[in-house]
Amino acid sequence: MSLGFSDAVGLLSSGDPVFWQIVGRSLEVTVLAVLSAALLALPLGAALALHRFPGRGALLVLLNTLMGFPPILAGLFIYLMLSRSGPLGFLGLLYTPKAMIAAQALLAFPIILALARQTIEDLWLEYEEHLRAWGSSPLRAIPTLLWEGRYSLLTAVLAGLGRAAGEVGAVLIVGGNIAGYTRTMTTTIALETSKGDLPLAVGLGLVLLFVMLLVNSAILFLSRLGTWIEARA
Amino acid sequence: MKADVDHLLRLADVSLIRAGRPLIDGVSFALEHGSVVMLLGPNGAGKSLLLKICHGLIDPDCGERAWARATPHAYVSQTSLFLRRSALANVLHTLSLVGWPKLTRRRRALRALVKFGLKDFIHHPARRLSGGEQQKLAIARAWATNPTVLLLDEPTASLDPKATKEVEGQIADLRREGVTILMSTHDISQARRLAERILFLHAGRLLEDTRASLFFSGPSTTAARHFLDGVLQ
Repeated sequence: MSLGFSDAVGLLSSGDPVFWQIVGRSLEVTVLAVLSAALLALPLGAALALHRFPGRGALLVLLNTLMGFPPILAGLFIYLMLSRSGPLGFLGLLYTPKAMIAAQALLAFPIILALARQTIEDLWLEYEEHLRAWGSSPLRAIPTLLWEGRYSLLTAVLAGLGRAAGEVGAVLIVGGNIAGYTRTMTTTIALETSKGDLPLAVGLGLVLLFVMLLVNSAILFLSRLGTWIEARA
Repeated sequence: MKADVDHLLRLADVSLIRAGRPLIDGVSFALEHGSVVMLLGPNGAGKSLLLKICHGLIDPDCGERAWARATPHAYVSQTSLFLRRSALANVLHTLSLVGWPKLTRRRRALRALVKFGLKDFIHHPARRLSGGEQQKLAIARAWATNPTVLLLDEPTASLDPKATKEVEGQIADLRREGVTILMSTHDISQARRLAERILFLHAGRLLEDTRASLFFSGPSTTAARHFLDGVLQ
């Protein structure tokens, strides 16, 4: 075990191009997936929070259920959509990083959406009278509410990032774990552990852990910076 | 319905009914230029609701509300609410909501803050100001929008005597500047100090609409007499 760990540390410092290519591809896929999910989920969450329509309750139940969407099912869904006989098969995206981005985005989307909706709904309850008193409609209030809730929303995006970054089943199905192309940290860890190559698996695990630590630190820093700037705005 | 030429606001037989019970019951009055009109009445009389109806935050179930054309009016609620920003940023945000020209927003906001004695708190987070400072900020924010009519909902309800005196002084200053004030209170001594005209409201009904001096020297209804004697149930 300790030998595997020291080998992993050696691998981290060696600058092995295969190792760092896997890390780079993982980060690329996860960041793009979470960004795409957030771009859709934040305004949609705000719209869901501010508008009442028939069937809204049922839609919220469905979206909350999707927060626990099994990754393997998300992978299967994207696979069926992108497979040659599927409705989007003509795009030729199966077994590409783009398919992996779609799968991870699908997993992150309901989490970001549900948390964003709750955040914005709470803020709207707080600010509705104030904003309406100055002539703001719910639609016009969205930018203000998104800005007021930015730190909670960042946490929502972070939760989505956690869900996407640690995902293995879906990206394995739609990416195919092709060496040098669609191999990510999680799929490599799964593969190398099954092969008994622990140093690579542990090394990638350490990087994954470090990335999450870095992201959390960045969010904390941004949040404190925001408070500091606000106080001097 | 249009307000008459001499009237800034006219309410005609306005009612608000909730759960089959009239909360505002057939209220009619008109607001003329340049006076302090006090909506006086016990707790639960419907003063806050009536102010919200006047401002347009609540639509009446029956009757009509008509503002004279081009009468800018601002509303300050009982519990002022501020965005998680500095005092200056809060005023700027309000000016942007009401469509104040972007080029002059900052100058106008600074002028408002200085005018209301908040020069030292320009960059302070609004939510961290004391109750008195927050109420002054709320009035400064409203004044910044250049209203002809200012609707104030119990602006000193939660303030200590010193802050109450300061806010009352500012209301009197605004009156001298020609701003028409429609203000609610249950504080008889405050109404004596500030009001030129009294609208006495009880159980959602407007029982008296008269000059303040006449009201305090001899109210014409039993309910008003009991209210002044402190025995109104």
